Amino acid sequence: MRPDLTQLCVYVAGLMLLCPLLGIYLSRVLDPKAGPTPRLERWLYRCCGIDEQREQHWSEYLQSLLTLNVGGVLLLMSMLMLQGWLPLNPANTPGMSWHLALNTAVSFVTNTNWQSYAGESSVSALCQMLGLTLQNFLSPATGIAVLLAMIRGFTRVNTDRIGNYWVDMTRSVIWVLLPISCFTALLLVWQGVPQTFDARIVATTLEGSQQTIPLGAIASQEAIKMIGTNGGGYFNANSAHPYENPTPLSNMIEMLSILLLPGALVMMFGRMLDQPRQARALFVAMLIPLLLGVAICTWAEQQGNPFLIAAGADPAGGNMEGKEVRFGISGSSLFAVITTAASCGAVNAMHDSFTALGGLVPMVMIQLGEVIFGGVGSGLYVMLIFAVLTVFIAGLMVGRTPEYLGKKIEAREIKLVVFAALLPMPLGTLIVGATAIAFEAGRVGILNPGPHGLSELLYAYTSATGNNGSAFAGLSANTPFHNVLLTIAITIGRYLPIAAVLAIAGSLANKKRLPVSAGTFPTDRGLFVALLIGVILIVGALTYFPVLALGPVAEQLSATAGRQF
Amino acid sequence: MSRPQESAPSSTASMVRSALADSLVKLDPRQLARNPVMFTTAVIAAVSTITGVTTDAGAIGLNLQIALWLWITVLFANFAEAIAEGRGRARADALRAVQGETRAHRLASLDDPTSHDVPSRGLRCGDLVRVDRGELIPGDGEVVQGIASVDESAITGESAPVIRESGSDRSAVTGGTRVVSDSIIVRITADPGDSFVDRMIALVEGAQRQKTPNEIALTVLLIGLSLIFLLVVATLPAWAAYADIRLSVPLLAALLVTLIPTTIGGLLSAIGIAGMDRLVAHNVIARSGRAVEAAGDVDMLLIDKTGTITFGNRRATELLPLSGVSQQQLADAARLASLTDPTPEGKSIVELTTQRKTSSSSLEQGREPVAQSIDFSASTRISGVDLHDGRRIRKGAVSAVLHDCDQTASEELTRLTEKVSRAGGTPLAVALNHRILGIVALTDVVKPNIKARFDELRRMGIRTVMITGDNPLTAAAIAAEAGVDDYLAEASPENKLELIRKAQAEGHLVAMCGDGSNDAPALAQADVGVAMNSGTPAAREAANLVDLDSDPTKLIDIVMVGKQMLISRGALTTFSIANDVAKYFAIVPALFVGTYPALQALNIMQLESPGSAILSAVIFNALIIVALIPLALRGVAYTPAGASQLLARNLSIYGLGGLIAPFIGIKLIDLTINALGLI
Repeated sequence: MRPDLTQLCVYVAGLMLLCPLLGIYLSRVLDPKAGPTPRLERWLYRCCGIDEQREQHWSEYLQSLLTLNVGGVLLLMSMLMLQGWLPLNPANTPGMSWHLALNTAVSFVTNTNWQSYAGESSVSALCQMLGLTLQNFLSPATGIAVLLAMIRGFTRVNTDRIGNYWVDMTRSVIWVLLPISCFTALLLVWQGVPQTFDARIVATTLEGSQQTIPLGAIASQEAIKMIGTNGGGYFNANSAHPYENPTPLSNMIEMLSILLLPGALVMMFGRMLDQPRQARALFVAMLIPLLLGVAICTWAEQQGNPFLIAAGADPAGGNMEGKEVRFGISGSSLFAVITTAASCGAVNAMHDSFTALGGLVPMVMIQLGEVIFGGVGSGLYVMLIFAVLTVFIAGLMVGRTPEYLGKKIEAREIKLVVFAALLPMPLGTLIVGATAIAFEAGRVGILNPGPHGLSELLYAYTSATGNNGSAFAGLSANTPFHNVLLTIAITIGRYLPIAAVLAIAGSLANKKRLPVSAGTFPTDRGLFVALLIGVILIVGALTYFPVLALGPVAEQLSATAGRQF
Repeated sequence: MSRPQESAPSSTASMVRSALADSLVKLDPRQLARNPVMFTTAVIAAVSTITGVTTDAGAIGLNLQIALWLWITVLFANFAEAIAEGRGRARADALRAVQGETRAHRLASLDDPTSHDVPSRGLRCGDLVRVDRGELIPGDGEVVQGIASVDESAITGESAPVIRESGSDRSAVTGGTRVVSDSIIVRITADPGDSFVDRMIALVEGAQRQKTPNEIALTVLLIGLSLIFLLVVATLPAWAAYADIRLSVPLLAALLVTLIPTTIGGLLSAIGIAGMDRLVAHNVIARSGRAVEAAGDVDMLLIDKTGTITFGNRRATELLPLSGVSQQQLADAARLASLTDPTPEGKSIVELTTQRKTSSSSLEQGREPVAQSIDFSASTRISGVDLHDGRRIRKGAVSAVLHDCDQTASEELTRLTEKVSRAGGTPLAVALNHRILGIVALTDVVKPNIKARFDELRRMGIRTVMITGDNPLTAAAIAAEAGVDDYLAEASPENKLELIRKAQAEGHLVAMCGDGSNDAPALAQADVGVAMNSGTPAAREAANLVDLDSDPTKLIDIVMVGKQMLISRGALTTFSIANDVAKYFAIVPALFVGTYPALQALNIMQLESPGSAILSAVIFNALIIVALIPLALRGVAYTPAGASQLLARNLSIYGLGGLIAPFIGIKLIDLTINALGLI
C-alpha cells in the first residue's frame, strides 16, 4: 500500500494556515491590551465576586487553580458515584466504585481523560453532559491559564504579579473553547455525527438479530474532546466508532482540531511577545519531530506483520489489524501520532495492534514530555521549559550567563526546570509503573506475554503521566490497584509541572529584560531549533532507552529475527 | 612583562605527586559532599564493592574490577581538582611569600612621631604605620602623609618604581611592596586575612572556594540529571524481572555511574579553580568568582580616554598660520615660546618645529635670547617668553590668548579653531607682540592597536563607551578614530554614574575601569568595576577586580577568562551527556541479551561479551576524566565571534565529538581488555 502523502500534505497545510489565524484571534481575546471589559465577562465576574483588576502572585495563582481543580474532582467523583440516584439516567447506569470514580474524576479534571471504563455503558447522560463535559472545558482552560501566566513571566519586568487565574479561565472558556467547539460540532454533525437526546437506537443486523446502539449528544462531546485535547470518548471505541468519526473527512476535521489550539497558542505566544519569529522557531521544533514520528509509524505499519507475511499474507496490505478500513494505514498512523504528540488521547485505531515499532512511536511521543504540540496550554508551557533548558546549555557554550527572551536563567530557574520538565515523566512512568509491574496485582491485568505485555503496562502509565489518556489496550485497568496507581501517576504528571511552571513564571516576571547584543545566542534560528529538538530527543532517549529495550525494541528485533512470545 | 608567579617553585612532577596524595585525602566524605555527582559515585562505588563480594560468586572477578574502576573514577575526579588547586596554590604561595611577616612601626597618631614596632600580622584596619626607605609596606593601605617611590615588582612584575603620594589619585599601596626612597605614613585599610592577596589565595584554594552563580545553576542541573538516571536504574530491576532477567547490583552500579554526568561532575571544580588561576596569571585580583563570571556577561564597557585609548599626552601635530603669516614665522614663534616650557605639550612643539627648522632661521643664533619665561598656569591658561630684543610671544588656549591680546576672534581664526577641534585636536593660539600668528594643533594620539581591540570587543557583543573630559567635538573625533561605539564628553562623576544607571535600567551589564576617588561611585555602581592598582584605596574598595598592572585594556582579558570558564563548563556538560548514548549501546544489550538474543543487534560496537562491554564502558568513563584534565585546566579556546558561530563550533566539537568519541574509545578498551585477558 502506498503512503497517502496527499492526506499528510493537506493536514500540514491546514495546520500552517489555521494556526497563525487563530493565533491572532487568541492574542486579542486572551491578552486584551486596552478597552473596556466585554459586558458578558463583566457580568460573570460580578456574579462570582471576582475583582478582575486584581492580579495574583504566582503562589496565589496556584492556590486558585488547585481550589478549582480539587473542587472539580470532588464534585465529579460524587456525581459518578451517585449517578444511579441522579436524574437523566435513561440507561439506569449504576454508580461507580470509589476507585473508578476517583480515577475518572482526576483523569478528566487533569485533561488526561484516561478511561478505565467503557463510556457508553458506565456513565449516565447527566454525568456525561454536566460532569465530564464541564471538565472537558475547564481542564484545557486551566492549561491555557497556566500558559498565559508563563508568557507573562517573559513579557513583564520587575513585578511579582502574573495575572488572575479566574479571569484567564473565564476568557479561555467563553471566548475560545465554547465558540470553537460549537463550530467544530456543527462540522461533525454535517459529517453525520449524531447530536440527540435519544438514548439508543435499535437496529436489525444482517443476520437478523437485534442490536442496540447507544446514542446521545455525541457531536458536542466529540468537538470539545478534540479541541480541548481531552480525548475521552463517548464510546469505548473512541474515534474508531462510526458515530464519533464516520468519514475520512470527519477524521481530517478531528485530527486538525486536535493540534489546532496547541499550534495556535504557539503563534499567540509570538504575538504577545511581539516576536513572531521566536514562536515560529518553537512551532518548527514541534512540527519536525511530529513528521518524523508520522514517517516512522506509517512506514512500520506498512511493513505489515512479519508472521502473517510468513504465513502467506500479502505484504502490500500492511498491518491492518485493529484499524478501520475507512481510515486505512495512513489515516490511522497519522491520527495515532497526532493524538499522542498532543496530549489528546483520542484514538481511531487500536495502538495495541500496531507493529512493535509502530506502537513504539505513539509511546515515545508521550514520553518526550507531551511537548510535540502537546496538550492545550500544557504543551507550550513545558516546551518553553525545554527551551529554557536548551538555552542554559547553549548559553554556557557561548560564554554568557544563559538568557531566554531577555530573561537570565539562573540556579532557581534550573531547579524548577528539573521539577517541571525532567522529573515528572520518569517519576510517573518509571517509579509508579515499576511499582505496578512489581506486584502480582499489577501483572494480572496484562493481556499478552513477553515484551508486548510490558509495553501494554508501560504504555498505560506513560499515557497517565503524560496526561494523554489514550490506551494501548491490552491492560485491564479497572481494578482498585491500577485505578489508584494511575491516579497517582496522573496527578504527578499534571500538578508537578504546573506548580513549577508557575513558580518559574513568578521568578521570570521579577527579572529585568536584557537587550539583545551580538553575544546573545539567537533563539529564532535553525541552530536553536535543531538544538532544542536534540535536547528533547536526548532527554527522552536517555530516560526510556533501557525500559523500551525490554518492551517494544525487544519485540521488534525478535519479530524481525522470527521469534514469538 | 615578567611575572614572578610564573617561576613558582613546584616542578610538574612534584605537583603531580602531591596531587596524587591529595586525591586520596579528598576521599573524606565531608570533602566529597561538596560535589554531589562525585559523592554519589563514591557511594555507588562503596555499595558495589560490598555487594560485588557478597553476591553472585560466579562473577566476582568482573564485579571487583567494576568496583575498582568506580573508585578510580572518584580518584581521577579528585586528582583533577587537586592538580588545579596545586597550580593555584603554587601561585598563592608566591603571593604569600611576598606578604611575608615583617615588623611595622605603628604610630599612635599623625601628630605623634613616636612609634612602636609590632608584627605586621597584628595590624588592624585604621592603624597608622610609618614606612621608611628600604622597608616593606606591612599591609594594604593608603598613603596619608608624604611621597615615596615604591618598588611593586614583587606583585606586578614591573621593575620601574612608581610614585605613591598622599592626597593624590595614586595614594594606594599594597602590602609586600618596598619603599625605595623617602618615608611615608600609611593608614592600613585591610585586616589581616582580608587583604587583596589573602582574597586571591582564597579564590584559588579549592576547599574554601565559593561556587559562582552559574556553577551553582549547573550543579543543580547535574543533580537533576543524576536523579533521573537514579530513577531509571533503580526501577530497571522491576521491569527486567517481568522478563525474568535478574540484574546484579554491581551491574546496575556500573550502569548508573556511566550514565550520571561524572565527566563534568569530576572536572567542574577544576575548571573553576583553573579560571581563577588564569586570572591571577594576568595579574588581576578578583574579590569573588562572581565578579569574574559577571565579566563574561558584560555587554557595555566604560573606558577612560586618557591613558587607555590615547597616550594621554597631547602632541603638536600641525601648524596652521593665519593668512599673511608664513609657516616659518609661526614655527619660529611657537618654538621660541616653548623652549623653556617643560610640559609634554611644550616639548612636542619643540620636536615638531625642530623637524621643520630650516637653515634660514635667523632668530636663535648664538645663545638663547630668552629674557623671561612665563609658565603655564591653570588660571591664565597661557605660557610664553619675553625675549631680550623685546619681542613678547605667548601661546595658549585660543580664548585666553585672544583675551591677552585684547582682541576678538577673526573669522579665519574661528574657522581654523573649529577645524582643529573637529579633528579631535586641541587648538593652541600663538601670538607675537599681541598679534595672533596662527594655530598649533595638538592632537591626543590614539594608541596604534586600540581599534583592533575594540573590534574584538564588538565581536564579543560588547559596546564600548569612551569617557572623557574633552568637549563634545574633540570627543567625537577621537571616538571615531579609536572606533568606540559611543562617548561621554565633559564627563563628571555625576554624569558617569547617571550613564551607568541608565544603561543598567535598559538591562545592560556594565563594566568600568577607573582609578581616581571620583570614580569610586561609578565603580561601585557598575556590575564589574576594575580598579587600577595605582588608584586610590576608595577606588580599589569600590571595585570588584583590581588590576595589578594598572592596564585598562586588561578588561578584555578578564572578559575572556570569564567567558572561557562558562564555555568550558557548557562544553564538557554537553560532552558528558552526549557520551551516554554510546554507553547505552554498550551496556543495555549486554544486560538483556541473555533473555532477548535479538537485542544483540543493538551491540553496534560488536563488543566481545556482555562482561567486557560493561567493563569497557566503566573504564572509558573513568579514563575520559583524566584525558580531559588538560582541557579543563587550559579552558576551552575562546575566539571573539558571534554567539551562533561560537555555538556551532563548540557544538560540533563537544556535542558531535561527545557522541562519537565513546563509540571508538569503548571499542578500543574492549579490544585491549580482551587481549589482556582481564575478562
